[in-house]
Amino acid sequence: MPVLEFTLIILVGSCFAGLLGSLTGLGGGFIIIPLLTVFLHVDIHYAIGASLVSIIATSSGSAAAYVKEGITNMRLGMFLEVATTLGAVTGAMVAVYFPTNLLAILLGVILITSALLTLRKKAVQIAHQKNTLAEKLKLNGSYPGENGTVEYSVSRIGGGFIMMLFAGLLSGLLGIGSGALKVLAMDNIMRIPFKVSTTTSNFMIGVTGAASAVVYLQRGYIEPSISMPVVIGVLIGAMVGSKILVKTKSSGWLRWVFVIVVIGLASQLIYNGLIGKI
Amino acid sequence: MAAKARFKDTDMQAVIGWVLRIGVIVSVSVVFVGGVIYIYRHGGLIPDYSKFNGVPNFVQLHGLVNGIINLRGRSIIQAGIILLIATPILRIVFSTVSFVLEKDYLYTGISLLVLLIIIVSSISGHVG
Repeated sequence: MPVLEFTLIILVGSCFAGLLGSLTGLGGGFIIIPLLTVFLHVDIHYAIGASLVSIIATSSGSAAAYVKEGITNMRLGMFLEVATTLGAVTGAMVAVYFPTNLLAILLGVILITSALLTLRKKAVQIAHQKNTLAEKLKLNGSYPGENGTVEYSVSRIGGGFIMMLFAGLLSGLLGIGSGALKVLAMDNIMRIPFKVSTTTSNFMIGVTGAASAVVYLQRGYIEPSISMPVVIGVLIGAMVGSKILVKTKSSGWLRWVFVIVVIGLASQLIYNGLIGKI
Repeated sequence: MAAKARFKDTDMQAVIGWVLRIGVIVSVSVVFVGGVIYIYRHGGLIPDYSKFNGVPNFVQLHGLVNGIINLRGRSIIQAGIILLIATPILRIVFSTVSFVLEKDYLYTGISLLVLLIIIVSSISGHVG
């Protein structure tokens, strides 16, 4: 396939990935990697590299907007970034020793799990019990809610930290943002309100991605001609998505579309991995 | 309080918002310019990415600089990608400075630790 055609196909696919990724809050990597590997027969290391770059772009772009609204808990993000970057660097370092088909199968499994996780009901929960460690680390915060400022506190910091190590590891290994896992760690373990956990997770994804990307960059896994249409496409899609998101409250049916698309693509990844085609 | 906090969390949020926004705009513009050049010069080429092609020469700094001087599309895209990767790292640098200005030394230390992890990984990435 000539470069021009190849680039245009990736560009269109990435726009679509960025749109769905931003509407569901999962990021574009979920669709990009299967698209590149299964349909365009790109080496999975190149696909992971391109996905990482696009994750950094979307995370930084949307974090710029969220940070100004004052929802993101920057101290919490910075604290947990110690865990995610440590995990990410480890993941990126060991990725080279993984056979490509094993990466594909693992990615497929993680994608399906994460997609299903997004279907969970999100109850508004605000913890108020005192946690001395959270106070010492100044992790408790507040955000502008619909009826004035909402104060919240953070629980089970150790458990959250360990979960973030794992999320970072997967991010470095598979080139995904692990947004679903990060949100899960903050929602279910640390009892942080959903609004805060999603924006803070997004805030962290850029740094986690950068920690892995510096390793991939030097390995030559970030191929400019593939990353170029991916990053531009995902960014365009994500910008359109965030405009839609401001106007609509929740996108219930869109989540289902996303979950079905992801499960379809992930099954392809697992199948191709199993028969050794990737 | 005599020493009123001259630098607050909200200031930090504004600064970081701008760092991220400008970083993304600049780096993606560079990627775009490189992409246009690359397609203009190699649009008809048939690439093969089904197997890892080895480490290209623009991964090294002198190769990258050479490529940019010779207006090679892939080198320019690579430069844009490096700027993009630098954006969140720059964000941590700005956070660190903000924490210093707020006299929050605990978080100055935590930010520096995150920076250190990334720097160590960018130095040791050559192995393997």
